[in-house]
Amino acid sequence: MSSILVQVIVGGLLLGAVYALFSSGLTLIWGMMNIVNFAHGDFVMLGMYVAFVVWTLLGVGPFVGAPVAALVLATLGIIVYFGLIRSVMKGPMLAQILGTFGLALLLRYSVFWGFGANFMTLPENLVGGTFDVFGIRIQASRLLAGVVALLVTSGLHLLLTRTSLGSKMLAVAEDSTAAQLMGIRPDTMQAIAWAIAAGATGIAGALIATFFYIAPTVGETLGIVAFVTVSLGGFGSVPGALVAGLLIGVIESVSAYWIGAVYKDIVVYSLFLCFLWFRPQGLMGKS
Amino acid sequence: MKSGYIFGLLSAAAMSVALAGAASAQDKTVKIGAIYPLSGNAASAGVHGKAAIETAIDIINNTHPELGNLPLAKNAGLAGLGGAKVEAIFADNQGSPAVGQNQALRLITEEKVVALNGAYQSGITLTASAISEKYGIPFVNGESVAANLTERGFKWFFRTTPVASDLAKIYLDFLKDMKAGGVKTDGVAIVHENTEYGTSVASVISSVFKENGLSIALDIPYSANTTDVQSQVLQLKEKKPDVVIMVSYTSDAILYAKTMQSLDYKPPMLIGDDSGFSDPSFIKAVGKISQGVFNRSSWSVGAPGSPTFLINEMYKKKSGGDDLDDTSARQMQGFFVLCDAIDRAGSTEPAKIQAALKATDLKPDQLVMGYKGVKFDDKGQNILASGLVIQLQDGENYVPVWPKDKTKTPPVLPYKGW
Repeated sequence: MSSILVQVIVGGLLLGAVYALFSSGLTLIWGMMNIVNFAHGDFVMLGMYVAFVVWTLLGVGPFVGAPVAALVLATLGIIVYFGLIRSVMKGPMLAQILGTFGLALLLRYSVFWGFGANFMTLPENLVGGTFDVFGIRIQASRLLAGVVALLVTSGLHLLLTRTSLGSKMLAVAEDSTAAQLMGIRPDTMQAIAWAIAAGATGIAGALIATFFYIAPTVGETLGIVAFVTVSLGGFGSVPGALVAGLLIGVIESVSAYWIGAVYKDIVVYSLFLCFLWFRPQGLMGKS
Repeated sequence: MKSGYIFGLLSAAAMSVALAGAASAQDKTVKIGAIYPLSGNAASAGVHGKAAIETAIDIINNTHPELGNLPLAKNAGLAGLGGAKVEAIFADNQGSPAVGQNQALRLITEEKVVALNGAYQSGITLTASAISEKYGIPFVNGESVAANLTERGFKWFFRTTPVASDLAKIYLDFLKDMKAGGVKTDGVAIVHENTEYGTSVASVISSVFKENGLSIALDIPYSANTTDVQSQVLQLKEKKPDVVIMVSYTSDAILYAKTMQSLDYKPPMLIGDDSGFSDPSFIKAVGKISQGVFNRSSWSVGAPGSPTFLINEMYKKKSGGDDLDDTSARQMQGFFVLCDAIDRAGSTEPAKIQAALKATDLKPDQLVMGYKGVKFDDKGQNILASGLVIQLQDGENYVPVWPKDKTKTPPVLPYKGW
């Protein structure tokens, strides 16, 4: 295998880990309450801006920016749950879709108004530049994002499967009335789910900001990838999102290199549709 | 006391009504529709374009004797229409050809604009101008370069910017000159975004180069909305072209700059075709890791005190401190040409504006841009548009480097990057 091809695959894996990172929050919300959060991409965008503000004010990188973004977004998640989601969940499916879609536009244009339309970036060497491993270039900021993606997804998975909080959350997801009879407060559990999902998304945004451009519309570009990742991985499955993210990253990279960049979406989406044809619940979703 | 208060209030109200009446009779306004990407991925360019149009309106509606021979600057408003003020009705195309078309329709039928201006992306200018053609409303474009815009036999579409074939010629002559000086320019790669702008510019450059014996070794189209460009950069790294020409919008241009650095790839010569590479937010974001990139431009700030320098100072107040870049300056020039035609027409009737546009003959000292003039051919294309090659030598400001007789600084090679 030529070294260029290895570089293509390594690049694809690192890209895929990032896809997984910003998709895990979306899949968690879906698994918890059957709501598709159309504002998800804009949550990522907010995380990027928090990292940018932290860097501008304090001059520090994502090691401070990511926790701050997690806190800010978790708070926003709770506000969004009590202010919007709790009411639209009582309405028809369409109200849920339009509610989160409206939230997406609100967030996007608030940032637009506050920060302007300019593209911004964090300094290139904020996370240790780039290193060479046997001729393969690995960007430290992407590697960090990849490692955090693994940590966050395994953390979320353990939380859901190994802790009593996770069991309570899953109980609410399965049957909220029955859970209530067992003494679990559905409101509290769902607010916690929103806080965790939004917080994870904030971390994702803060890390992506170290190697991507920051703009109010960046959520549109990233949001679509998150939806594809989550449906391929299986709605509600956190490990599924990880595997799907890595898969999509590598397929995109390799097809862009071999066939051409304009065809990579065709390749990814046709494979995606074929796969859903045979397995509509996704890689690791429950049928 | 109380009655006096009420009387005072009433008379004040009566006076303000009278004043407002008098004002509206005197200040006829000329409404012009301006379609720009004010949201969506190209919003950065659209917002700068809007600031450029607002600067032009300030110059037209107020007296600016300091701006030399620039038409409409000396007196307030349009003299040909009794000092009527110009008003721009801005519309957001959201980066979508369909939205741009709807906005054109709305501006014409509901806002009753007398002419249209815009719409930045060639693909959107294409659809929006089809509406103005149908309604018989003049459309003046200052910045879209796709060749076919003026090849449709339209009667109401006019364009002031140099087009793809002009800039292909600029690049060709520049590369020939460089080759004569010993620079290797045999393998040329074109990397371009795949909508109207990138596709048409790339195909014109390829055909002009081929006609002149330069072959295009590699052609890489991609989607501007992409999340990742590593594979494209690796393709370049593997094929090692001598010259890389990129036709990109801002978000993708930034991604390329960052990815080229992380994959440690520097082409010997990099040319970034205007749009994305001229956007001030590109220079601020990644200028320092794109040192030595060549670009084309017809705009130059000029010496302190010169009209272009003063215009740039006015523009900076509207843009939040950013300097006027080539794209926004070309947009401003298009708007000036349109207003100058309305002024000469002495009327807001579309047919009279159209006739005045056809008769346009502006000289270099009447322009914001460094064109040889503005004069339209039968297709509505400015035949006197021209440009220079500029280089981002220090990562902060572009300086003109070619042709030799018009520039002071020589080009620096190879591409430095970071």
